[in-house]
Amino acid sequence: MSDAVHTFLSIDLLPLLAATLAAFSCGLLGNFLVLRRLSLMGDAISHAVLPGLVIAFLLFGTRASLAMFVGAAVAGVATVALVELIRRFGRVEPGAAMGVVFSVLFALGVLLLEQAAARNVDLDADCVLHGQLETLFWVAPREWSALFSLDWLREVPRQVVTLAIVAAVSLAFVAALFKELRIAAFDPGLATTQGIPAGAVNGLLMVLVAAATVASFEAVGSILVVAMLVCPAATARMLTDRLLPQVVVSAIVAAATAILGYGAASLLPHWLGLAGSVNAAGAMTVTAGVLLTIAVIAAPRHGVLARAVRRRRLATQVQVEDLLGALFRKAESGAAGTTVPTATPHRASLHAARIARRRGLVSGDGPTLDLTPAGRRVAAGLIRRHRLWEAFLVDEAGWRSDHVHEAAETLEHLRDVRRQPLVPGIAPDRDPHGRSIPGGADPARPRSEDSA
Amino acid sequence: MTPASITDVTDRWPGWGQVLDTLTLQAGFNTTVVIVGTTLLGIAAGVIGAFALLRKRALMADALSHATLPGVCLAFLVLGAFGVAARSLPLLLLGAAATGVLGLLCIHLLLRHTRLREDAAIGIVLSVFFGAGVVLLSVIQSRPTGNQGGLSHFIYGQTAAMSRGDAAFMATIAALAVLAALLLAKEFAVVCFDDGFAAVAGLPVVAIDLVLMTLVVLVTVTGLQAVGLLLVVALLVIPAAAARFWTERLWLLLVLAAAIGGLSGYLGASMSALLPRKPAGAVIVLTAGAVFACSMLAAPNRGVLAAAIRILRTRLRVASEHLLEVLYERERLAPAGGAVDIRRIAVARGWPGWRANLVAMLLSRRGLVERRGRGLALTGLGRAAGARVSRNHRLWEQYLVTHAEIAPSHVDWSADQVEHVLSEPLVRELEAALRAQGIDVPAARGGMEGATA
Repeated sequence: MSDAVHTFLSIDLLPLLAATLAAFSCGLLGNFLVLRRLSLMGDAISHAVLPGLVIAFLLFGTRASLAMFVGAAVAGVATVALVELIRRFGRVEPGAAMGVVFSVLFALGVLLLEQAAARNVDLDADCVLHGQLETLFWVAPREWSALFSLDWLREVPRQVVTLAIVAAVSLAFVAALFKELRIAAFDPGLATTQGIPAGAVNGLLMVLVAAATVASFEAVGSILVVAMLVCPAATARMLTDRLLPQVVVSAIVAAATAILGYGAASLLPHWLGLAGSVNAAGAMTVTAGVLLTIAVIAAPRHGVLARAVRRRRLATQVQVEDLLGALFRKAESGAAGTTVPTATPHRASLHAARIARRRGLVSGDGPTLDLTPAGRRVAAGLIRRHRLWEAFLVDEAGWRSDHVHEAAETLEHLRDVRRQPLVPGIAPDRDPHGRSIPGGADPARPRSEDSA
Repeated sequence: MTPASITDVTDRWPGWGQVLDTLTLQAGFNTTVVIVGTTLLGIAAGVIGAFALLRKRALMADALSHATLPGVCLAFLVLGAFGVAARSLPLLLLGAAATGVLGLLCIHLLLRHTRLREDAAIGIVLSVFFGAGVVLLSVIQSRPTGNQGGLSHFIYGQTAAMSRGDAAFMATIAALAVLAALLLAKEFAVVCFDDGFAAVAGLPVVAIDLVLMTLVVLVTVTGLQAVGLLLVVALLVIPAAAARFWTERLWLLLVLAAAIGGLSGYLGASMSALLPRKPAGAVIVLTAGAVFACSMLAAPNRGVLAAAIRILRTRLRVASEHLLEVLYERERLAPAGGAVDIRRIAVARGWPGWRANLVAMLLSRRGLVERRGRGLALTGLGRAAGARVSRNHRLWEQYLVTHAEIAPSHVDWSADQVEHVLSEPLVRELEAALRAQGIDVPAARGGMEGATA
């Protein structure tokens, strides 16, 4: 085993492992919090465990004990219960109830810490907030074969073991109760009618969130816990519409965040020429933000870019259709070979003319345009929908005939065939203004030519 | 202010004179500055927080306060790079306000352009911005010049470090925030209560929201030094939430929230000054928390105790009516039967014995029933009341069967639930409607009035 590998195993492996396990548990459970709009419960719990920690510490006088874990877990569950009590009996809205509970508990913790500090006790709020990843140290074996032996595994710090257990329990919980969690998150009423105790499932989820929070923050700090409960789930939510893929993706994103963030924290200061290191938990949080930003911008369906492209495409489509419609009406009134209509803004109509020409819907050059046969079919479909809508609005919806044109101008562009106003069999052949409605050979799919 | 020293282990309790001096702002210049500063901060936070609470943005304040940390650190780094005196409070706070507003814009953009909900957007901005701040803090610590300059005071607050200039600066910002909130109170109120209406009325809802949240950032920034960024959200949320228990009117809510906030700041800072090792931020928040707890318990209308009493009263009234009905029905079936055993009533209604006894006691005190040993019998007054309840019961039964199409086997249960909410005009209306359809209604027995619970 080379020195570099040995250094990595001794200094980096355990912090990396701890952070990845914490991120994994929180990322997994966070999905259901985000779904239930309780993303901030993690924030509340991670602040509110402070008094539990300090009291346990003052009672048992040691930092590395089960008592600390139990104290914090009790405080975490108490937070959830208090928020629910205040929300229900005080009729306070959930956000404010959380704000009241966690800030009061955190203040209590700060006050208790000051009392503890007077007894020359080594415990401060910073370690709760920022985490102490850097202090996880492990004297790695020199031999590969010794790495997996029991003796060495016994030396693994308690925090990492706790995190591993919590991660395993979280995974088992989500896997075993996936169906129940899903239905309880989306529709608690339906869950109850199907005999699934939605309240109990959600309560169990909260207990696990509290456990994951408590297990994580000692190693990675509460700020990373809050980030991991929200960011990976939000990232996955941008990428998929289904819950199972979302859960899987969020777990992967969470683990990747931890690893990338740790790498950034160890390498960046080196590149920037800074002495010392950057806080690893903070770097992971920022990484989570970066990954989320990428997903928000570049997600294939729900990303900002994809939506902008879709909107632009739709705008072009509408402009082309309006152009074809105008040409069709001109031809109907007997004038062939018209100039580009100027009803739409000039640049937009030129762009529409270019696109229509490229698709073979119009012919002619310069400002003079003619419908091609394909263009005529598309235009006829459009005019047909326009006039059918007008007829529908007057005959069925009882509008006045001089009010329907503007509405029909919008409705004619609807893409969804199910929203076509009338079935062809009973369609009238004249619109309310007495103009003939072009026959639809295939009125249900009038846009088959330019669906590209 | 008594310095809270770590080596000072013995708790010294202050004398009454000292307490009085502190509370009347006579206890030295520094203490007075701190107390006045936190009181003003509490008032400003109360007013702004009331609007934030009504707009259901209480936790957004939390995100914004966390988002100020990277700004403080960046300002510190920039100031250091230009060699300016590293601890110029207004400039550090300017940085804080800048990233606070940036965080606000991020939440706004996330909500507008993605499918993420408000809570997720708040959580994301809160954690990512604070994480960035933590990274910058560690960068500052690892720089060769090394001087962190007390930046971590902005996380937990450090009132003792407040100078006269700082306090004056804070007071100015707080006063400006309150003034702006009061000038825009009408707009805020409309947006808080009905944003759809506000939009229709031509108000720029998004802009008003942004102004409100910018005021939240201002208060947050002001509170950074006094209570720290982790606890400043408490000053925004708790006084407003506590005041909400006492009133349904907006202006009163603003006054009460300001009063509770100011009182918390004043008492908290005084206690912190009098007792050793009581950090002002935490004491202020705990004071506000105590006010909240009292409000939630004892407020006359929305309070928990008042609600419990209301529920208990309703239950007793319903139980009394049930008891009267049982007695009345028994009496009608067996006119010469005399008193009915109270245990049989309890069994018939499915009540525990104490409940039947309690209700019987209340009814006999009001002269509606007589106790004869273990038995109960109706008085004249009680008979009239029982007739009324029984009549309403039947009326509802008929109504539910003919109009609401509830199966006859389910009717008794439903009628039991509603007979207590009938008003007399409604009874007459129902009666007339049913008679018109030729449905027989038991005649109203004399004494419809005079026996209501």
